[in-house]
Amino acid sequence: MNQHEHYYVPTSSIWPIVGALGLFMIAFGAGHYVPEVTQGKEGFGGWLLLAGLTTIVLMCFGWFGTVIHESMKGLYSAQMDRSFRQGMSWFIFSEVMFFGAFFGALFYARIFAVPWLGGESNNIFTHELLWPDFAGTWPVAATPGGKETEIMPWQGLPLYNTIILLSSSVTVHLAHLSLEKGKRGPLKAWLGLTILLGAAFLFLQAEEYIHAYTEMGLTLHAGIYGNTFFMLTGFHGMHVTLGTLMLLVMWLRILKGHFSPHKHFGFMAASWYWHFVDVVWLCLFVFVYVL
Amino acid sequence: MQVSREMDAQGGVGASEHHDEHAHHGPAKGLMRWVTTTNHKDIGSLYLWFSFIMFLIGGSMAMVIRAELFQPGLQLVEPQFFNQMTTVHGLIMVFGAVMPAFVGLANWMIPMMIGAPDMALPRMNNWSFWILPFAFTILLSSLFMDGGGPAFGWTFYAPLSTTYSSDSTALFVFSVHIMGISSIMGAINVIVTIFNLRAPGMTWMKLPLFVWTWLITAFLLIAVMPVLAGAVTMVLTDKYFGTDFFNAAGGGDPVMFQHIFWFFGHPEVYIMILPSFGIISAILPTFARKKLFGYSSMVYATASIAGLSFVVWAHHMFTTGMPLFGELFFMYCTMLIAVPTGVKVFNWVATLWKGSISFEVPMLFALAFVVLFTIGGFSGLMLAIPPADFQYHDTYFVVAHFHYVLVTGAIFSIMAAAYYWLPKWTGHMFDEGLAKLHFWCSLVSVNVLFFPMHFLGLAGMPRRIPDYALQFADLNKIVSIGGFAFGLSQLIFLWVVIKCIKGGKPASDHVWEGTEGLEWTLPSPAPYHSFTTPPEIK
Amino acid sequence: DGYNMTEGVTEFSQQVYGLHMTIFYICCAIGVLVFGVMFYSLIRHRKSKGAQAADFHESTKVEILWTLIPFIILIAMAVPATQALVSGDDDGAGKADLTVQITGSQWKWHYQYLGTDVGFYSLLATPRDQIANRLQKGDNYLLEVDRPLVLPTDRNIRFVITSEDVIHSWWLPAFAVKKDANPGFINQVQTRIKEPGIYRGQCAELCGKDHGFMPIVVIAKTPGDFDQWLAGEQVRIAEKKAEEDKLLAMNRSMDELMAQGEQLYNGHCAMCHQPNGAGLPGAIPALKGSAIALGDLNGHLDIVINGKSGTAMQAFGKQLSLSELAAIITYERNAWGNDTGDAVQAADLHHFIQGTAQ
Ligand code: HEA
Ligand code: HEA
Ligand code: CUA
Ligand SMILES: [Cu+2]
Repeated sequence: MNQHEHYYVPTSSIWPIVGALGLFMIAFGAGHYVPEVTQGKEGFGGWLLLAGLTTIVLMCFGWFGTVIHESMKGLYSAQMDRSFRQGMSWFIFSEVMFFGAFFGALFYARIFAVPWLGGESNNIFTHELLWPDFAGTWPVAATPGGKETEIMPWQGLPLYNTIILLSSSVTVHLAHLSLEKGKRGPLKAWLGLTILLGAAFLFLQAEEYIHAYTEMGLTLHAGIYGNTFFMLTGFHGMHVTLGTLMLLVMWLRILKGHFSPHKHFGFMAASWYWHFVDVVWLCLFVFVYVL
Repeated sequence: MQVSREMDAQGGVGASEHHDEHAHHGPAKGLMRWVTTTNHKDIGSLYLWFSFIMFLIGGSMAMVIRAELFQPGLQLVEPQFFNQMTTVHGLIMVFGAVMPAFVGLANWMIPMMIGAPDMALPRMNNWSFWILPFAFTILLSSLFMDGGGPAFGWTFYAPLSTTYSSDSTALFVFSVHIMGISSIMGAINVIVTIFNLRAPGMTWMKLPLFVWTWLITAFLLIAVMPVLAGAVTMVLTDKYFGTDFFNAAGGGDPVMFQHIFWFFGHPEVYIMILPSFGIISAILPTFARKKLFGYSSMVYATASIAGLSFVVWAHHMFTTGMPLFGELFFMYCTMLIAVPTGVKVFNWVATLWKGSISFEVPMLFALAFVVLFTIGGFSGLMLAIPPADFQYHDTYFVVAHFHYVLVTGAIFSIMAAAYYWLPKWTGHMFDEGLAKLHFWCSLVSVNVLFFPMHFLGLAGMPRRIPDYALQFADLNKIVSIGGFAFGLSQLIFLWVVIKCIKGGKPASDHVWEGTEGLEWTLPSPAPYHSFTTPPEIK
Repeated sequence: DGYNMTEGVTEFSQQVYGLHMTIFYICCAIGVLVFGVMFYSLIRHRKSKGAQAADFHESTKVEILWTLIPFIILIAMAVPATQALVSGDDDGAGKADLTVQITGSQWKWHYQYLGTDVGFYSLLATPRDQIANRLQKGDNYLLEVDRPLVLPTDRNIRFVITSEDVIHSWWLPAFAVKKDANPGFINQVQTRIKEPGIYRGQCAELCGKDHGFMPIVVIAKTPGDFDQWLAGEQVRIAEKKAEEDKLLAMNRSMDELMAQGEQLYNGHCAMCHQPNGAGLPGAIPALKGSAIALGDLNGHLDIVINGKSGTAMQAFGKQLSLSELAAIITYERNAWGNDTGDAVQAADLHHFIQGTAQ
């Protein structure tokens, strides 16, 4: 086999520094904004945060625009494509580890902290002297300190959402198959359907949150159950939002005629991301809701 | 399979329409060159300079610490400020000095060592770097806020970092977030480069060990930096948004913070040493004029250390009241790390055995590394024994341990690397006499600085205290004197580097007599784009 | 003393010392061997001496050998380590003759002899002037407290350790006891002291500003002396209670309250709110001119007695007597130009706590 590869070194680019500035404004802004809002103080934090977010969006357009442009011009070799794919896989791995931290917190609380507060293992005194009334069972409907909440059942909205996300993984896969076969009609349809399913998921999750906050007493500050519930589902929801946006951009690019059956890294990346978000949800559904 | 790869910057090859994409092939001029560069050498230099500046800032904080501890009583700073110095010294040295220095070396050397023109994702490379100065500006700026900067130790245990911390905590959290983003992107770049840009024939078992160790380090980074991000996020929500992850009243546990932190933290300390192993494995063979002994077992040992690093984290937590089986498990796993590390040390010694050894400055630092790192490893092994750790924990014995592995380990290896490759980078030989002065001053003072800390710890001096009982006074005085001397010695290094950049005897292509490896086949100074046509590897 | 680990005065501490020396010697031996070989070749195989490089560079046999040998050495270390660990473990099921609850808080220790009403705070006794180098430092500089923990020798003592705020760590080197005081959890650890004497230690976990200033002092007495001491304490506590009741009925003068208040304020409050009442901007609110110190008395009583959860403000109701609190609050309401003129009496606090405030 004869393969002609060439290596593409992009010339200097302003987008990275724009991105660095954007992240700076986000971090510096949020670092001021968070204490400001939580203590009801006035300050510049919020505006800086907003400016930072805007800058990052700008950077995305500029940077990805350049990459798409270069890719469309055929500057990229198979090697570049591999680099992009591997880069994306490792990025997803890092996301897995991020969720791992919160799953770790969930498991630690369930397997260790909560039973210990109830007197398990070498914690007889903890229970007897400090929290004699605490039951030490999961889910924690009443915390040692006395906060109470209802527990979110898995039947109903969470189950519907599971079905929705699972089917969206199928539809995005079908879209991919269509792309590989060069059938653009079904491609648009399947991808469009995936986006709608993503949006539906987000809508139902918002419903669920409202229900939790207004009717169940289940809030972010309802103790360890509410903490793990909202942090896990919340970060997942943010990832679904991002994933949906990514798929939307891919859909628009498809309308513009981008991607070929053989070269479609952008599409691949978005669909991998979507599958990843889906798998995270499955773990969530099992460990946060069902068990 | 015949693979040929060309750089269109060379002109002619590749599709002709590339030319308009490449208005210029060399470095751009002025400040914008550094801000917008996509070149691995530029970015490597930026990383190295950044890290050196951070080393000076972190070191100055250490000087504040040592000055306050020079004698008993409070003389220079308030306790709260002392804690900020300790905290930020640790953070800056770990995240600002050592890690970026290794990334800088990776940027410079990996493409040259594997026969690539550049890193695989050059623009992301620039982004990874430029996040850092901003992140550290945020961290340092928090020192000037009302209430002061972070004062909860670099390990930011909850609830000291949550309920009981100052308002600057949010800035700390977000600066760590963006440092993490930078590290993860840097690591992805390294992995992808090594996977995809090796010259034809550069098989896995022909990779230079520096490349191997960095590959494994990069994997560790991607695995644990996100966990750190999770930890700071929970600190943020516990402090500001009413969660109770680390609060028993809400069903959480302050010790859970430590588990999450050290799940990151222990691999993190190996992130700060594995690239050193690679550097030493490059330098010793050169100056012993003999092949590295046990190449493949070095690779396996590195991988084993990395693997084990995920199951030893709670050896930092023996006094937290873990159940017995936990203490035993973490003790055994931790002790086990001595085996692959020992394999490395023995292989180095065997490399020297029957060599033809000469003592150029990189070699001096590398030899000092082998001895002093091993001493740090021994004290680590002692710390791994829980009953004994009940006495050592949170004393200066621990401080001695980790400065041996970090300063005479990581920092010495970075110095060794800098001297080793400086002629390749600049095209000039450095001033050998000055460099030797730097080495000997450093070697003596660093031991005056850190060796007595073992005794201080054994005698019972806790760490992170601004003032101490009288029986610790004598040793602290010696330690501080060693500290000032070591700090001043580093200025010699700065001088040598600047002098070498400005001029000096021209360096030959292979610079040192016993060198092996692709980087030495390039001219000195190395060309802007490293290997524009991939070299053949036998 | 000296520069090595203390052998201490418990079975366990001596076991730990032995273990420490064993691993230390093993490390030394390995070090001598490894560095010996290394320096031998650095000296003998120098290029300047005309050494020619050999060209061997691998051997599976030696690799296996130097994997196995350290492994065996490690097992030899792990055996005594495991024994010591198991023997020192306390899962709470064992028998103890005396249980002391130790509670850390910023920056002092509280000791409660469980099953009795003997309990007290133990604070750093070193004068501030010594710390600020205005006075000659005493022998036990920073290692002296106002009220040491008194323990019996030759009895099984269990410590149950916790914290009210951040993590502290109760460390007494002579017992080889170092256990973290985690808020909301209780760790336990057993000890049995062999010899009477005075033993000193320190907090061993960074716990904020004055982490370096919360020492631990234990006085170990023979069982007989200890029983006598404990009985005496119980009598003293009963007397103090009666005294308190008397004070409840008394009205003290402003001067008297201010004098006692200033002293107590400097001992308990000034570390955070500062001697001049200015607080630490961004971290600790000022009292000088503050809404609480100048406003409604009940609000002031509430925050001092009950603390403010989620902040560094502790519940001092548990820590000080009513008359002492009355003095402090009076001081806070009248010092630094806070001229409310309120002379707060112990009875006011009593009414507040009973919910019968006017
Ligand atoms: C580069 C950084 C680095 C490295 C490489 C290491 C290496 C090791 N560390 Fe260290 N460590 C730190 C950085 C590092 N550490 C830091 C920063 C802290 C403090 C964090 C904080 O609290 O702030 C710390 C703290 C720390 C503790 C917690 C102490 C405490 O707080 O109470 C422990 C406990 O087990 C420990 C153990 C070890 C061990 C067993 C190794 C091993 O990897 C060492 C292995 C090497 C050898 C053993 C020598 C060579 C081997 C031979 C010659 C073979 C033959 C030897 C034998 C059979 C003995 N370390
Ligand atoms: C790689 C990491 C690294 C490095 C290189 C160092 C380098 C040094 N460290 Fe370390 N240190 C840590 C990582 C590191 N440290 C960590 C993680 C902690 C724990 C923090 C915590 O508890 O949370 C710690 C804690 C720590 C302590 C304990 C503080 C405490 O517990 O209260 C001390 C005390 O002596 C100390 C001293 C020093 C000194 C003297 C140096 C020297 O090697 C520094 C030398 C360098 C310079 C001095 C800069 C160059 C010179 C100049 C700028 C010129 C000016 C010079 C003079 C005025 C003389 N460090
Ligand atoms: Cu209490 Cu440190
Ligand atoms: Cu560790």
